[in-house]
Amino acid sequence: MSWLTPELLDVFIAVLKAIVILLVVVVCGALLSFVERRLLGWWQDRYGPNRVGPFGMFQIAADMLKMFFKEDWTPPFADKFIFMLAPMIAFAAMLMAFAIIPVTPTWGVADLNIGILFFFAMAGLSVYAVLFAGWSSNNKFALLGSLRASAQTISYEVFLALALMGIVAQVGSFNMRDIVDYQAENLWFIIPQFFGFCTFFIAGVAVTHRHPFDQPEAEQELADGYHIEYAGMKWGMFFVGEYIGIVTISALLVTLFFGGWHGPFGILPQIPFIWFALKTCFFIMIFILLRASIPRPRYDQVMAFSWKFCLPLTLINLLVTGALVLASAQ
Amino acid sequence: MEFAFYLAAGVAVASTVMVITGTNPVHALLNLIVSLLAVASTFFALGAPFAGALEIIVYAGAIMVLFVFVVMMLNLGPAAAEQEKQWLKPGIWAGPAILSLLLLGQLLYALFASPSGAAIGLETVDAKAVGVSLFGPYLLVVELASMLLLAALVAAYHLGRHEAKEPNV
Repeated sequence: MSWLTPELLDVFIAVLKAIVILLVVVVCGALLSFVERRLLGWWQDRYGPNRVGPFGMFQIAADMLKMFFKEDWTPPFADKFIFMLAPMIAFAAMLMAFAIIPVTPTWGVADLNIGILFFFAMAGLSVYAVLFAGWSSNNKFALLGSLRASAQTISYEVFLALALMGIVAQVGSFNMRDIVDYQAENLWFIIPQFFGFCTFFIAGVAVTHRHPFDQPEAEQELADGYHIEYAGMKWGMFFVGEYIGIVTISALLVTLFFGGWHGPFGILPQIPFIWFALKTCFFIMIFILLRASIPRPRYDQVMAFSWKFCLPLTLINLLVTGALVLASAQ
Repeated sequence: MEFAFYLAAGVAVASTVMVITGTNPVHALLNLIVSLLAVASTFFALGAPFAGALEIIVYAGAIMVLFVFVVMMLNLGPAAAEQEKQWLKPGIWAGPAILSLLLLGQLLYALFASPSGAAIGLETVDAKAVGVSLFGPYLLVVELASMLLLAALVAAYHLGRHEAKEPNV
């Protein structure tokens, strides 16, 4: 066993941890479809799926069986290669972004020194899923959906990045673990960076194309928008990719604004994963509650809101944070 | 890291060639995105992760979205691909290609005649180093670039205005 050096063992354990995190995120994303429907039913005073198994728990298995055995149909008028590529981007981009999130002090996939920037890069690339799906489908509703998506993207991406720069200025690092450690020593960023939290949360909902920013899909007007021509597992990848986006954004909100794996006031530091999971679940619930309660604005209203309200707010937030950092440094 | 650099650089060159020779505009744009991602990887390999991340965010994530947006709006069909094929005749690209080859030869000669001896990836250029050099020795260039961008912004605003729709101007 001479080849089994301690370094190789470390690499092996790191890879194993990464695979476990990957599987947990994907399974959470898949299970969310059931959780969302049950919660929507509860909040809207109806039952939701409750027939398959106890409390409808096996609904997800039934849905997956249906999705796997459905014909994987590619329309003859579609651009085959790009049509296939789009769901892969949708699935992979937000999953890759989860790699930067430190789950507990010892668990986490990648400890990058450019941390948050990697998330911005992945969020920027995930737009191509919608654009390519809409274009390659060769369908006017799909194209309308992806046109809305690109207009919306250009509006929210600017303040998505600026909303977090206040945190970066205070911590002095892009690294996610540095940010969590800083919050444990000082205040959680939800208090000093409250406006950063508000704007980042809005932009985060827009990144995942969730209500109230789901104009690219807009069932009532566009009949599902950009993925109207997709069926079977390709559609399933868009579907699960959206839920993975929700998990990733929720985990990011927890890591950046709510102290990551730390409990409030430093209580019970022995259970870092439980704290992280509890807080992430809370934000996932908020995502679903938003969908249950808020109507969808027109997409020009979304753009006007982004440019005229959120962007100035983040800029003022950044200026004030910068001034305070400078004042405290002297 | 030299292997990573040459691999990424090779991908960048190959995908850029495919941007030029491709006839389908959206496929060409896809190749251009791959090329920009490859350039970002060369930055990572050279030890400049901040520049690499910005390359992906700004070029691949924002500017190319606009390109794809415009090409999608144009709805170019098989006719455009046919036109592109006709334009790509050897008689048209041979002359510039020969001239570019001459320049490439000169560049290679200059590189191999006097090797600088600098190995790649010796130090990491992080965000702080980029910021210090932007607001130190290159301050004037940054200010000039921002003025240029402001001028472009004013021009775009002027062109995008609908004067007929505005009340009592």
